[in-house]
Amino acid sequence: MLTKRIIACLDVRDGRVVKGVQFVDIVDAGDPAELAARHAREGADEIVLLDITATHEGRKTLLETVRRAAGELFVPFCVGGGIRSARDAEQVFDAGADKVSVNSAAIANPALIDDIGSSFGAQAVVVAIDARRDAAAADPVRDAQVLVAGGRKVTGRCVVEWAREAEQRGAGEILLTSMDADGTRAGFDCELTAAVSGAVSIPVIASGGAGTVAHFTDVFTRGRADAALAASIFHFGVSSARSLKEELAQAGIPVRLPC
Amino acid sequence: MRVTVIDYKAGNLASVLKALRHLGAEPEVTDSDLSVIARAERIVLPGVGHFAATARLDATGITGAVRKAIARGIPFLGICVGMQWLFAGSTEAPDQPGLATFSECCARFPEGAEKVPHVGWNSLDVSPSSRLLAGVSSGEFVYFTHSFRAPVFANTAATTTYIEPFSAAAEHGNVFGTQFHPEKSGATGLRILQNFLAITRETAC
Repeated sequence: MLTKRIIACLDVRDGRVVKGVQFVDIVDAGDPAELAARHAREGADEIVLLDITATHEGRKTLLETVRRAAGELFVPFCVGGGIRSARDAEQVFDAGADKVSVNSAAIANPALIDDIGSSFGAQAVVVAIDARRDAAAADPVRDAQVLVAGGRKVTGRCVVEWAREAEQRGAGEILLTSMDADGTRAGFDCELTAAVSGAVSIPVIASGGAGTVAHFTDVFTRGRADAALAASIFHFGVSSARSLKEELAQAGIPVRLPC
Repeated sequence: MRVTVIDYKAGNLASVLKALRHLGAEPEVTDSDLSVIARAERIVLPGVGHFAATARLDATGITGAVRKAIARGIPFLGICVGMQWLFAGSTEAPDQPGLATFSECCARFPEGAEKVPHVGWNSLDVSPSSRLLAGVSSGEFVYFTHSFRAPVFANTAATTTYIEPFSAAAEHGNVFGTQFHPEKSGATGLRILQNFLAITRETAC
C-alpha cells in the first residue's frame, strides 16, 4: 500500500539550519548535513532543504551544503531556495539533490517549471506555494492567495489555480505552506490542503502548523495530503519521524514502518 | 567492482553514482562510447523522465551494444524507465521500441479515484526465487515515482499494488529491472544494489 510520507524540512541560512516562527524569529538548530542524516536515520521518508539565504553570496555555500548533506543520504532529497533557472537547478542536481523546489521564481517566470521539467523530468520539480486565506473573499479557502518573498508580498494569484497551472506545466509535486498556520504548532490548514489536493492529480505535501500527532492524522484524512512536512517538531527532540509514524500507524494511517 | 552506467541525458545520475560508490563500486559513465560497453563487467541503465528519451540509445548505437553485452552474460540492471526499456515498448511513446527482452508492454496506470503519478514509498511482494531481491522480505518499502508500469508476468520478481498489482521488479537470467529507485530506497535499496553488484558474468546465467 502506498504510504503517507513524513518529510523532514531543514530551513538553512548561511549554511546553518534555522527555524523561524511565521518566518520571523530565527533560532540556530544545527548543521544541515548532520541533521539530514539524523532525520533519515530516525525514519524520515524524505528530506527537504530550503535555503532561506538565497543571496548571490550564499549560492556557493548552498551547493557545498547540498553536497555534504547528499553524501550519505539514500532517501529522496529535495532542495529549494534561489533556483531561478534550469542552470541553477542543474547545479543543485549535480550536487546530489533529487528534486528542486521553486517558489517565487516560478511565479515570476512560470516557464521555469517547463524548463526544469523537460530537462530533468516532472518528478524532479516541486512547486512550492506559500498560501494565505483571503479573509475578505466570499470563500476564503477557494480564493486563498499566493504570497512570495517569504510571505511578505501578495501576488494576486489564486492558490488553487496556480497549483493547476503548475501541474499542467509539468510540476511533479506541490509543496503547500499555509502562512496562516506556519510556525504556530496549532495544526495544518486542512481545508486549504484538501482544496488543492482535490484540484490536482500530483501529490500535495502539506506544510505549516504541525505541532501534534493528531495534526498529521487530520491532514492525511480531512486534508487529503499525500505527504506532510515538519521542521520544528523534530529539531528540538520533541519527537522523531519514527515515533510520529508509529503513532500514525496506530491511528490507521499507512506509513513506512519499520524504517 | 567496475560498473558501467549509461547516461542517456534523461535526468540526473548523481544519486545512482553516489549509491554505487557508497557500496564500493567504481562507476564509469558513458553516453555514447560503445567500447566502454563492449568491455563492461556489469551495466546499469538509470532512468527518470519520458520513455521517448530512450530513442537516444538507438541513435548512439548503445541499444545494439547492450544487446550484445546481455548475450555475453553481462549482468544488466535497468531502473525506472531503464526497466521499462527492457520491455517491447510503452504507451508513453508508442513509436519507440524497447529492447524487448520481455515481450510485454508498459502502460499508464488507469484513470480513477487514485492520483497518477504513483509517488512515494510502497511495499514489495517478493518472489522467493529472485536473486536481485535476495534477503529482502515481502512488506519492505521502496521509493517509486512513475505514471507508467509493466504488468505482472512470468518474470516478475516483485509485485507492488497501486490501483492494481504491477511489476515492481523483473528478472530473467542476467537481466534485471526495478520500477522503484533502489538508490533512494534506504537500506532496502542499498541491499538490492549490493545484490546486483555481487552478480558476475560467471554466476549470471
